[in-house]
Amino acid sequence: MITSELGSVGIVETQYFTFAEPPNELQLDCGRKLGPITLAYETYGQLNADKSNAILIIHALTGDAHVAGIDPADDTHKPWWDTMVGPGKAFDTNRNFVICSNCIAGCKGSTGPSSINPATGKPYALDFPMLTIADMVRAQKELIDHLGIKQLLCVVGGSMGGMQALQWAVSYPEMVRLAIPIASTARLSPQAIAFDAVGRHAIMGDPDWNGGNYYGAVGPAHGLAIARQIGHITYLSDKSMHQKFGRDFQDKIKPDYDFVTEFKVESYLSYRGESFVGRFDANSYLYITKAMDYFDLAQPSGDLRKGLSAVKAAFLVISFSSDWLFPSYMSKEIVSALRRNNVDVSYAEIQSDYGHDAFLLEVETLTRLITNFLEYAVPRSTDD
Amino acid sequence: MTKRTNSDDKLRPEFNYIVDLVKSGSSVLDLGCGEGQLMKALQERKHARVQGIELSDTAVQACVEKGLFVYHGDLNEGLADFNDHSVDYVILTSTIQVLQRPDLLIVEAARVGKKCIISVPNFGYWRVRFQLMFEGVMPRTSNLPYQWYDTPNIHLTTINDFKRFCHENDLGILAETYLVMGECDCTRVSFLPNFFADYGIFVLEQRSAT
Repeated sequence: MITSELGSVGIVETQYFTFAEPPNELQLDCGRKLGPITLAYETYGQLNADKSNAILIIHALTGDAHVAGIDPADDTHKPWWDTMVGPGKAFDTNRNFVICSNCIAGCKGSTGPSSINPATGKPYALDFPMLTIADMVRAQKELIDHLGIKQLLCVVGGSMGGMQALQWAVSYPEMVRLAIPIASTARLSPQAIAFDAVGRHAIMGDPDWNGGNYYGAVGPAHGLAIARQIGHITYLSDKSMHQKFGRDFQDKIKPDYDFVTEFKVESYLSYRGESFVGRFDANSYLYITKAMDYFDLAQPSGDLRKGLSAVKAAFLVISFSSDWLFPSYMSKEIVSALRRNNVDVSYAEIQSDYGHDAFLLEVETLTRLITNFLEYAVPRSTDD
Repeated sequence: MTKRTNSDDKLRPEFNYIVDLVKSGSSVLDLGCGEGQLMKALQERKHARVQGIELSDTAVQACVEKGLFVYHGDLNEGLADFNDHSVDYVILTSTIQVLQRPDLLIVEAARVGKKCIISVPNFGYWRVRFQLMFEGVMPRTSNLPYQWYDTPNIHLTTINDFKRFCHENDLGILAETYLVMGECDCTRVSFLPNFFADYGIFVLEQRSAT
């Protein structure tokens, strides 16, 4: 067991890696090529001599490379998984070299639709090629190669990050020793695609979206805020909404019988929507949700077992009882396919009321499971 | 369950007999594996490739803590993920009596395992019989510690019932071990086991349907 003090990784600096310079652009699933590509990334802890202690953490839909520590440039920039990454924590930076990069198509320092298209000198906007989860992983692989790492001790992520963790184990089986997809799926459900589609409709229906060409102008603030509000509804659970808001009114005890924001839950969603607009690019939201929608590891055969046949990593699959966006059956489907393929896999469903957001909140149970899995799990391929 | 809590993670004495039954280097699926003490012993002493299925979330966490691979799920859902004879041993220790349909899972276990090791508390044990006969109460023993109203043991069996079940379901009994449990040890019983033993361990094999 870990005995060191829990702590912060302290001040971290975002780094940038640029690759795929023409004519060596990255080949994408859609048939198009993209380059040059810049990835924003952060690292914590030290890579050991044989480069065997690297852990790649992958963020969810709207996350970024800043998974832990303090951003010296911006103290409002909160790390998204600081409870899990640091000295003595689940991803122990005293022992491991932790890497987190912003995905391509993002807007947090990595190349995305808001980046300048070198061919035109203007932001890509909708000239940005359509991406897949596998493309995001292809780009990350370039970064891992650049860091000189032959095999990752672990690839881990929640939600979309979990999809990428799975994709890593499929695309680069020799490079992944352990994989931990949390609150994730091997194929996005029609329900989740539906919510993504409504979010995109909200953005694209906003006149200020202007066919994606809004850079330098106001942009589709209203549409993006609605998309974010829809997202937030899907991240909570019925029970967590009861606990968090109930039927309470915001700053009053009786209704005024009008259409201004009255209920506490309304106020929360409005706040979440508005604060999101300031920190996220609407076109990135379109591209990333579309990449999630396309994600289906069972293709082309339709059989997930075949889709996962290349996997060599040992898995810890985790789901949450109240997550209705990525319900437990989706995790069980992954586990079932892996077991049929004779892959070593552990599966745990954590009892939680937090819904999909639980992967950010159930720190204690996640820490216990992950710390021990990283410490003791030995995949059979390397054990023999 | 009849499983006693084992806060110190010590292997229950009757498990030593089960460990002895497993061939070195085998693959093992432990159904209702609890906190993984038996799996750990099999891994260490027999270099077995072990995996378990367990319903309790705290027990699942305890297994992961031991570096064991475990699936958090309900045995009543069956073993559809496993191909015929895909593991060397499927093990069910003191588990079948808590299942909705032990008959279905035993047959499934014998399909998935080349061999199947099943242990059962014996309801034909003399102390059980005497409590019912002379005191007129629902029997409670160290092996069956629950009251009638809170017991998870909904399908208790005697050694004779179990053997008859095996016979009727084309399950060959390759080995049988009968024990009587003491405080911290257990002793083998060979004379009239259905009367003198409170625990039976069976190694089963699906008889070919030729």
